[in-house]
Formats: sequence, structure tokens, C-alpha cells
Amino acid sequence: MPEAFPPVRARRHALSGPASAICALCVGVAALLVAPVASAAGTTPAQQLQRFAAEAGRPGDAGAGQAFFATTHGGRWSCASCHRSPPLQAGRHASTGKAIDPLAPAAHPAAFTDAARVDKWFRRNCRDVLARECSAAEKADVLAYLMSLKP
Amino acid sequence: MKPSPALGALSMALALFASGPALADGRVQMPRDAPPAYAAECGACHTAYAPGLLPAASWRRIMAGLDRHYGSDASLETGDRDRIAAWLEANAGRGRRVADTPPEDRITQSSWFRREHRRIDAAVWAHPSVGSAAQCAACHGGAAQGDFEEDDVTAPAGLPPSLQRSLRH
Repeated sequence: MPEAFPPVRARRHALSGPASAICALCVGVAALLVAPVASAAGTTPAQQLQRFAAEAGRPGDAGAGQAFFATTHGGRWSCASCHRSPPLQAGRHASTGKAIDPLAPAAHPAAFTDAARVDKWFRRNCRDVLARECSAAEKADVLAYLMSLKP
Repeated sequence: MKPSPALGALSMALALFASGPALADGRVQMPRDAPPAYAAECGACHTAYAPGLLPAASWRRIMAGLDRHYGSDASLETGDRDRIAAWLEANAGRGRRVADTPPEDRITQSSWFRREHRRIDAAVWAHPSVGSAAQCAACHGGAAQGDFEEDDVTAPAGLPPSLQRSLRH
């Protein structure tokens, strides 16, 4: 029924022509701006998974990662205490209440694209949850789990 | 719209005469020369607090114990840590208001903080859109710029009107 919603169609028409050309230009410029940043950060979730799996000497296990993520390892918090379960939604810092970007790459494309950040937050947060640093195998499992999540 | 030269000169004069980072009323100046790591690291977990909210001795202790930071590991690279610590101490609160180090070096335990918030209902702090007293921006939209003016306070999203009344006093 194409005639059913003339106001909406009118608005669509208003956006065609020069406006859509400007939008296309914006996307092009945004892509140019983002591309060098992404390559400067220099990694992808898949590459990080490969790094931890190589260090562990075995591939990541998404099922083990899911269980690991939801468990309080004898302490007060689990990973999910701040990042939610499943972490496809924005999380929340368990003590300050500050919003945290979703951890799953499918919901937050910038996640796991900076190796130094990945190492820094695994180090800090594993100490918060497990009172020790995580092993390469544990990191591979968690990352395999996060990469398996789809919105 | 260009600011008038007279206004510019006035604000410069005010900036020159401001004696320290903590100003009267509800403004605590956020120095413009914050190390980039301050917002990126500290601001990742909580409001990037204006340094004038705590005295230098509190900042020194906090920055010396980041691996055990109020229940979290907030450790930093030495370079970032030193730059942030130096900046916090250089711009720390000096006035009468922040003369004493608060219990546990917590801003929210400072006598001025408790006094200013004494009428806030406990249910406001616990409300899902606030979460904790560390979430300044839940009510103080200009917190990141050091604006804590009472007139600029807005009710957190979804706060019932019965609780909104306690924000005004």
C-alpha cells in the first residue's frame, strides 16, 4: 500500500538528491578517518584470540569461556557483575555505577581492537574477579565466548 | 555569535584573580591542561573528578595505591601514573573547604560533600539511573567541566517526583 503513509514518503523524498549525496560524502570521510585509527590500534578480536590460543597451546573454548565469565571465582564479583550476561548490552561498573560499553565485538566494534588495552583490562579485571591474573587459556576461552555472541 | 572583547577581558581578569582551583559556590574549576590519560583511564570507571575536590595529601595517597583502588585494580603505567599524580597535586583543593583529608580520601566523605547532600533521600543514591554517589553527572550534568551549581542540578532519568523534591533545598 504505497499511498498509505504520504507524510513519511514526503520526508524520504526530502532526503534524496543533494542531502543523500552529502550523507554519502560523510560516510566516505568517516571511513577515511576511522581506517588509520583502526590500523594504528592494529588488531582484531580474531587476532587477539589467536595470540592467546598460541600462548596457551590450545584453541579457545567458548563453552568454558561462558562458564568462566559467569562465575564468581571465590570472590565478590564475576565478569558479568559489570559486563552483564550476555555482554551484548552496555554494562555498569559494580561499585561506581558508570556505564561500560558492551564487551561483545558484535555489539561494540571497537572492542578488542587495541592489544595494549586488551592486556591492561584483562590484567586489572582478572585481579578484581580472581585476585590473580588470568592464564592465556582463560583469556582465549573468554574471547572465544565473546566472539560467539550475536545480537 | 562572537563573545564581546569586554567579556573576554573580564573573564581573563577573573581567571587571573582566581586564587586556586576551588572557587566559591558550586564551581570547581577543571584545569584545561589535564593529561589525556586522566579522562581515558580514571574517567573509564568514574567521573573524571576536578582535582580541586580533594587536598593534595589525599591525591598523593590515592595515586600511590592504584593497584588497590577502592576494591578495584586501577594500576597504570608508571609514566601515566606520574603525570596524572603531578597534575592532581598541582591543582589540588587548597581552600578552607578541602583543608582536611576526608575519611578514606573519599570525596563523598568530605564534610562539605555530606553537608551539601544532607537532604538527598537515600533512595536517590540507590536509584538505577544513579547507582552511587560517585556518579556526579547523574544530577550534575556539567560535572566533567566542574559545574556543580545547585541551579544546574537536573533530576536523574526516571526519578519519581516524590524523590525529586529532595534535590531542591
